[in-house]
Amino acid sequence: MKANIVARGISTLSRNFLTGSYPLRAVAAHRVWNWPSLFSSFSSSSSVHGELQTQPSSSTRPALLPAESVNTSAGARVRQSMSASETAGERTVRHAFGNVLAFFILLLIGVLAFSIRLFSVIKYESVIHEFDPYFNYRVTQFLTKNGIYDFWNWFDDRTWVLNSLNIPLSVETVCVFTAPTFSAFASWATYFLTKEVKGPGAGLAAAALLGMVPSYISRSVAGSYDNEAVAIFALIFTFYLYIKTLNTGSLFYATFNAISYFYMVCSWGGYTFIINLIPMHVLLCIVTGRYSSRLYIAYAPLVVLGTLLAALVPVVGFNAVMTSEHFASFLVFIIIHVVALVYYIKGILSPRMFKVAVTLVLSVGIAVCCAVIAILIAVVASSPTKGWSGRSLSLLDPTYASKYIPIIASVSEHQPPTWPSYFMDINVLAFLVPAGIIACFLPLSDASSFVVLYIVTSVYFSGVMVRLMLVLAPAACIMSGIALSEAFDTLTGSIKFQLLGYSSVNSQAAAGDASPDSTSAQSNALKPDKSEETAKERTSKKSKKKEKEREKEKEQVDQSSVQPRAGRRLQVLPLEASIIGVFLLILLGAFYVVHCVWAAAEAYSAPSIVLTSQTQDGGLHVFDDFREAYAWLRHNTEVDDKVASWWDYGYQTTAMANRTVIVDNNTWNNTHIATVGTAMSSPEKAAWEIFNSLDVKYVLVVFGGLVGYPSDDINKFLWMVRIGGGVFPHIKEPDYLRDGQYRIDSQATPTMLNSLMYKLSYYRFVETDGKGFDRVRRTEIGKKYFKLTHFDEVFTTHHWMVRIYKLRPPKNRIRGKAKKSKSVRNSLIISWSKAFPKFNAVSDRLNPAENEFSINLKKDCKDQEEPLAVKRFLRFYKLLSQGSEVGLVGYILLQAIFRKVIPYRDVGKISRILQYCDILVYISVFCSRRESRIIEFVGL
Amino acid sequence: MRLLRLSLVLSSLALLSFLPASSSQDLQIVNAERRIDLSSHIIKVFLTLKVENTGTSPASEVLLAFPPTQADHLALLKAQAVIGKRKKKTYLPLDVNPAELPDGPNGTKYFSISLHNKLGAGEVATLEILYMLTHSLDPFPVEISQSESQLVYYRDSAVILSPYHIKQQTTFIKTPSSKIESFSMVEPTNRAGAELRYGPYENRSPYSYSPIIVHFENNNPFAVVEELVREVEISHWGSIQVTEQYKLAHAGARHKGVFSRVEYQSRPGSSGTSSFKHLLARLPPRVHSMYYRDEIGNISSSHLRLDSKKSELEIEPRYPLFGGWKATFVIGYGLLLEDFLFESPDGRRYLNFTFGCPLVETVVDKLTIKVVLPEGSLDPSVVVPFPVNQYLEKKYSYLDVVGRTVVVVEKENVVPEQSSPFQVYYHFSPIFMLAEPMMLTSVFFLLFVTCVAYLHIDLSIRK
Repeated sequence: MKANIVARGISTLSRNFLTGSYPLRAVAAHRVWNWPSLFSSFSSSSSVHGELQTQPSSSTRPALLPAESVNTSAGARVRQSMSASETAGERTVRHAFGNVLAFFILLLIGVLAFSIRLFSVIKYESVIHEFDPYFNYRVTQFLTKNGIYDFWNWFDDRTWVLNSLNIPLSVETVCVFTAPTFSAFASWATYFLTKEVKGPGAGLAAAALLGMVPSYISRSVAGSYDNEAVAIFALIFTFYLYIKTLNTGSLFYATFNAISYFYMVCSWGGYTFIINLIPMHVLLCIVTGRYSSRLYIAYAPLVVLGTLLAALVPVVGFNAVMTSEHFASFLVFIIIHVVALVYYIKGILSPRMFKVAVTLVLSVGIAVCCAVIAILIAVVASSPTKGWSGRSLSLLDPTYASKYIPIIASVSEHQPPTWPSYFMDINVLAFLVPAGIIACFLPLSDASSFVVLYIVTSVYFSGVMVRLMLVLAPAACIMSGIALSEAFDTLTGSIKFQLLGYSSVNSQAAAGDASPDSTSAQSNALKPDKSEETAKERTSKKSKKKEKEREKEKEQVDQSSVQPRAGRRLQVLPLEASIIGVFLLILLGAFYVVHCVWAAAEAYSAPSIVLTSQTQDGGLHVFDDFREAYAWLRHNTEVDDKVASWWDYGYQTTAMANRTVIVDNNTWNNTHIATVGTAMSSPEKAAWEIFNSLDVKYVLVVFGGLVGYPSDDINKFLWMVRIGGGVFPHIKEPDYLRDGQYRIDSQATPTMLNSLMYKLSYYRFVETDGKGFDRVRRTEIGKKYFKLTHFDEVFTTHHWMVRIYKLRPPKNRIRGKAKKSKSVRNSLIISWSKAFPKFNAVSDRLNPAENEFSINLKKDCKDQEEPLAVKRFLRFYKLLSQGSEVGLVGYILLQAIFRKVIPYRDVGKISRILQYCDILVYISVFCSRRESRIIEFVGL
Repeated sequence: MRLLRLSLVLSSLALLSFLPASSSQDLQIVNAERRIDLSSHIIKVFLTLKVENTGTSPASEVLLAFPPTQADHLALLKAQAVIGKRKKKTYLPLDVNPAELPDGPNGTKYFSISLHNKLGAGEVATLEILYMLTHSLDPFPVEISQSESQLVYYRDSAVILSPYHIKQQTTFIKTPSSKIESFSMVEPTNRAGAELRYGPYENRSPYSYSPIIVHFENNNPFAVVEELVREVEISHWGSIQVTEQYKLAHAGARHKGVFSRVEYQSRPGSSGTSSFKHLLARLPPRVHSMYYRDEIGNISSSHLRLDSKKSELEIEPRYPLFGGWKATFVIGYGLLLEDFLFESPDGRRYLNFTFGCPLVETVVDKLTIKVVLPEGSLDPSVVVPFPVNQYLEKKYSYLDVVGRTVVVVEKENVVPEQSSPFQVYYHFSPIFMLAEPMMLTSVFFLLFVTCVAYLHIDLSIRK
């Protein structure tokens, strides 16, 4: 009894969501009063329903209820009659209860969808996860500060509203929880979409499934402030509004549909999926003879308004009309107009005249079409990529990317998925989808044909790119929701029929009343009633003008709801089979839930910037190297220093380290990425020149060899070579491969071993374990002991995962001529080496100025006043360097140190002041090691 | 210029003649012993003075003189009088206040110690003075590489700067290790291991000064918190939430050149000896919900040890800090209200909280303590045992209407020894505690009433 009301409540509720202004009590009242008459008019127009009326009706039908209102399901029928016999007041109470219950189910689904994504915050922390989201985060930060675009103005207003209530919310907190919030919205949108297709029961099931589908969780855990999380909601909602318009023919929804499409365009590049799927569906409807004015209203405004709005988005702009992705929609737009015209003409002409007209128009039309198509082909063919962007082309031709655009192919999520990833991402839904497709064909309505089209296309796309699994997930959820709901419907229906079907109606009613707890099953079972009622109510409240249209629509809805019911009643299953079936279905559902929770907790919640591993005593060892490096860059480099790294880390560096990067995740400027790729694959000197020309100060590489972090730069290195080689032909991939194999051990090619990436990754790596064993590649490295000539290691994180190098300053131009200096040096070396035993000897041979200096030097040394000594020494340096010999000064300096004229520590100070003198830098480095090595250096 | 100076001297002379008789000349220091502890980057100086009144009138205060460079870095100055002999020694804390003397040479700064009992003619009093200096060790060389150890200069005077005649004095300087590169000789000077002794010097006239430089190795972490903002938020619902924002820097010799992780990890003894990566914070007992993070997220390297007396938080910045490197982080924790909030006899409430930085062995250049009082508190007043800068602010937090009063206390150059308690007094009536729950309740009530009303209104035109 209650369940009936629940179901009815859901339908009313959903309507209330949409219209928003319909008083509940009035609904109930209308239903009671207007039902019989409206229903009779309705059913007479419906052939399907007329057939149903011939079914035997319950014997104890109250006189109040007209015969037309008999329902086919036995249990439902009884409830129907019982509810009809109730007083209006009682009904209102029950109705309200049902409303609340349905509302709470949806609310709980929302809470579930939200909370299942919080594992990452609980297990780790409230932090933004991936590489990409950091860009979004930064944009949001910037926009909330400056508020430029309208959309973000709105966002700004939102935070302002919160601020007026004095709830301190940081932008980061909002960003972290955006994705879970939108996934709750997405599950509600799924409910509405599925409800339009197959009724609220399927809607609730689909919403629950979507709330925890792992594929979507992977993109929307708390902290993944990514476009996709928002986009999936926008996608489903757009589809819902499209179906809603298709079912109602209301221009109101059509307008909203365009706006929702605009929102989708704003949020994700995947909007092209919508703008191709909907035309496909429209075409399908036209071809299968399902054209109606509702279809026209659903489609035409979307194309016109949607394209105009999409063109407002800066990224899209004129692409909305220029690129081939959108051509399909315009083509279908033309076709639907032609079809509309044909239908119109058909309406006003007699059949004979119409035939004549058709032949006339066809002959002319074909000629025009050919001309248009020829022009289109010419236009399309004139553009280099045939008007298709690379990513879209790789969708159509899966081998396209790997052939032509390595940068797209290099992203792991653009690879085709493997079978396990299907099981991982949609789990049992994969088995339920076929059943759902079958259910959609019983009967095929406009809406269900749309979801069938949706699932078919998304299955294809997901097969091309693993990233598009995300698009598949909602479709799979809708299908599985339909399948589950239909299965439960059939099974519970036959259980009821078997248990209660032949006993007295009163006891049935009692039984039905006594078990209101298993609400989901019941609401599923009762779904048909609701949709009927929906139709009824809709008629009751609309003006008479539109009544005709309404009736068509009702037909539509009823077709979808009534037919399976008729079929089901004919196929009543045995009691045991149904019970086992229900049990197995519940088991399947439980398995799905367990899997989803596992996926949410273990597989997808780990933020990529923090890695963890279990220690032997069961504790958690955290690898927080990325943030260590970013924090170091943030605090210990100059604000305007530029950092070069492979583009994966671009956004993160920008956001976390607050430093300018050369390439980042959004630089689809291929040449820039190729430049960095080339630099990484070049030998040190060439790389230094490239980086220096880019004004780079620091180079950041990610190295996993010490701890076994597999997605490091060495593993991505071939992509750098390929992308670099794509633009700069002197980088050739075969140079880096030994017999087609990528290896880093002693068998590796010299080009590989001398590349900058190799050197930066393995610099002094051998000193960690003495062998240089790389734990990712599971091999000893090929080149173990080498020195860097153009880069300095300035920071390496605790687990060596991030290594930062600084470019050495450019070499100072040496003034003077080598020849001349050579002779000077020789003479001075002799004089100094002779002089060392006694300082005075030196001073005698030098000119008066130098003489004075050395005397002072001696004095100062006694006083142990080093700064003064340094000062004098500098003066001396100046004197000599006017005679232009850097090496000479270095030599003298060395000797001075060696003779303990000045302590070697102070060479640091000297070399800092004379930074342009490379020799002094060398000296300082050597001195700091050990004094004895100075002598070796002099030998050099 | 010269004219100006002349006039200054003249005017000061004129002033002098009007000064009361308690001139500094009446006192003399019989014996002075100074122990300078250079073992960390906070320099602790223990000064024991035996003061004798040689004048006729009783003296009520004793002056201490500091050269301007030291006075700028003076973080703490405490004095106490020693009463009794040997075993029955008791210590009596004395007030120390900055003083102005017109005839101080070269910008000498003075502090006057007020004696409890006036020092009669011929009487002798023993004073013990402790002062601390920060930022007084200059690293030299200014830049060192990873493998070098850090050498610093300490500049002072061999004789105590004092406006009084000092009969006998000795200065002991204790360095962290026996590695002393050089030190100035002012005979008699003696070096024994890690200790230098200057003196004893006899009969030095007022304002004697003989500069010395000690150049020695000091590899202690020069951890300096450049800015620390502690926010103490009181909730009368039973908790105190403390948020501390640190800007940490290594103020020692700057790191130069490469940082090699392999050297740092494989040779911890010789590589990066002056760097530090551990910090210890002493937090109050019964601390809960502690967090340690920075602007880019949680920092996972921290350990909290709780016991009944104190809580010790060991934190590691994200990376080891070498000279000149900086890091920022935030520590936050909750405390129980009953441990810190009391009611004074006059009905006011007061918060009794620790001043200063919980980090051990760190200098805070600028410390700001913000005490966020609950909404509706009135007449806040602060009692701090040393001079601070204070003002009031407003803060709006969850559902605040009138805003919370924030008492802001600022002090520069704070050393850990200043972690003495301070109090914030305010009036608060418990009725304000109910304001926010009542607001929420009424909002929800109104919401439901509106819903009910809405559901009972039939807006449809057709009946």
